[in-house]
Amino acid sequence: MFDVHEMEVNFGPQHPSTHGVLRVLLKIDGERIIDAKPIIGYLHRGTEKLFEHMAYPQCIPHTDRMDYVAAATNNLGFVETVEKMLGISAAIPRRAQLMRVMLSELQRISSHLLWLATHAIDLGAMTPFFYTFREREQILDFFEAYCGARLTLNCMRIGGMPEDLPHGWLEDVEAFVDKFPACIDEYESLLTNNRIWKKRTIGVGVLSPQEAIDWGITGPPLRGSGVEWDLRRAQPYECYPDLEFDIPIGRNGDTYDRYLVRMEEMRQCVRILKQCFPLVRATPAGDLKAKISKVIRPPEGEVYHSIESPKGELGYYIVSDGKTQNAYRCHVRPPSFVNLQALPAMAKGHLVSDLVALIGTIDIVLGEVDR
Amino acid sequence: MKRDPLVASAVARVDDAVLDAREFAGELTLFIDRDRIVEVARAFKDSGYVYLVDLAAVDYSKYPAHTGPRFSVAYTLYSFQKNARVRLRVWTDETAPVPSVTSVWRTANWHERETYDMFGIQFSGHPNLERILMWDGFNGFPLRKDFPVRGIDTGARIYPEVFPEGGGPKPGSTGKPAADVNLYKGEWKRYGTWPLAQIGGGAAAAKAPAPKPAPKPVAPAAPAEGEAE
Repeated sequence: MFDVHEMEVNFGPQHPSTHGVLRVLLKIDGERIIDAKPIIGYLHRGTEKLFEHMAYPQCIPHTDRMDYVAAATNNLGFVETVEKMLGISAAIPRRAQLMRVMLSELQRISSHLLWLATHAIDLGAMTPFFYTFREREQILDFFEAYCGARLTLNCMRIGGMPEDLPHGWLEDVEAFVDKFPACIDEYESLLTNNRIWKKRTIGVGVLSPQEAIDWGITGPPLRGSGVEWDLRRAQPYECYPDLEFDIPIGRNGDTYDRYLVRMEEMRQCVRILKQCFPLVRATPAGDLKAKISKVIRPPEGEVYHSIESPKGELGYYIVSDGKTQNAYRCHVRPPSFVNLQALPAMAKGHLVSDLVALIGTIDIVLGEVDR
Repeated sequence: MKRDPLVASAVARVDDAVLDAREFAGELTLFIDRDRIVEVARAFKDSGYVYLVDLAAVDYSKYPAHTGPRFSVAYTLYSFQKNARVRLRVWTDETAPVPSVTSVWRTANWHERETYDMFGIQFSGHPNLERILMWDGFNGFPLRKDFPVRGIDTGARIYPEVFPEGGGPKPGSTGKPAADVNLYKGEWKRYGTWPLAQIGGGAAAAKAPAPKPAPKPVAPAAPAEGEAE
């Protein structure tokens, strides 16, 4: 039963700060949240069901549509899982590996830029939106130059990459990467020491490391709680073992620390990209695909493989019956879905306006939550 | 199985609950007695597998040469200390509930709800086992192999007064003639061509007349300027 002061309010699904179609059923006492219940599924398209009915290469465009602001990492997770089933992970040409890493890191920057823009605008800081979209636009242009699409990239193939880098692409990206750290400084000058920003984020939604692991949280939220764990380092894939980068971690596990972690991650992306340029130039042009049969029919078995997407651990669990060209079952372990589960625990006791900060800091994409 | 000290120490505690072990692509899968999964999960958590990565079910009913229970639930665990994963699997069917591991990992809550939602697998002891991606009252479990990939007509369940059994807006229910509601210019029988057998029409479905084929579309108007290829 309700206390006289309690009431139930629907937050979303059509609310600008829910980043899509998330609905949160709030039980509030004045402005204070007593309980929050996320209600999801508004964007459910049955992607896993579709995967069972199409050949493996046909699934790749569908992975784009899950985390639609980070399509390259979705592609990467899927093709790597199938490659692991086929046992050809080590046979991917080095140039293709480097291109995959470069695209994923550019994607990580663009995903974090979108996160920063929306997170800041939700908390009332409008200017970062215009600044970050200026740079994000350039990254989308790089994707467009490479594969013709800006968001739904479909830019990887099982066994390698579809095509070589276009002429002048590396130079353009290099020029961008050289000037990008100054842009991050610019964003930070707007927010990091901003008194309002700090008041809105410090101490909001604190997660201890144990709680974070118990909730299965991965990615920047986990690192913000002080757990130094990144799949690029813990279980390296592609050519990450050869690349130097640091894993930023937070100390307090609050929204401000998660913000700092993501800002530092963008700097580390720049560092990785800078190491990639000479390595790509050293590889022979056009060496993009491992020798695999045109018909992809993995042996009977089951595989779980995951990569570090901008949101956290993106895993694919594929069961193959060894007879057909499509997966018998393909389950996606989306980071947003799992991270969102901790929202009620984080929101309890905070104000409704803090809920907006929390939804922003988890960095959900509803296409991935609902699949 | 014995090579991994963490797995070995966990398995030593619950040796008789592990029915089988299998390895593929360097991944270890242990088959667990369904009724003892919570005990086994706790043993694994205590020995370092503190993070439940993923929980996914598989419907084996159309699997080639498969015998035995219909569903399998796979728990993927990860140990930060060892940097290794292990997969636990249990077998179940439509009615036998799987004990919920929400008491071991809080993250299992939504995973189990999703599995229930998509497969209809029951988890006993779950605090809040309700649908999560589909809506309450949805009739069917989408990831079961006998669920059609094109979906089912679900209108009847939520708005029976507007969407009669078999689906489609009822003529007049929106204050407009059926033709305007349906965009179906033929004689109104039923919206679309969903076979009634698939939506649980039963005996009534057998008697229902087959839907009339949709009338041929009107010849498209001459393409506007610039559209012509």
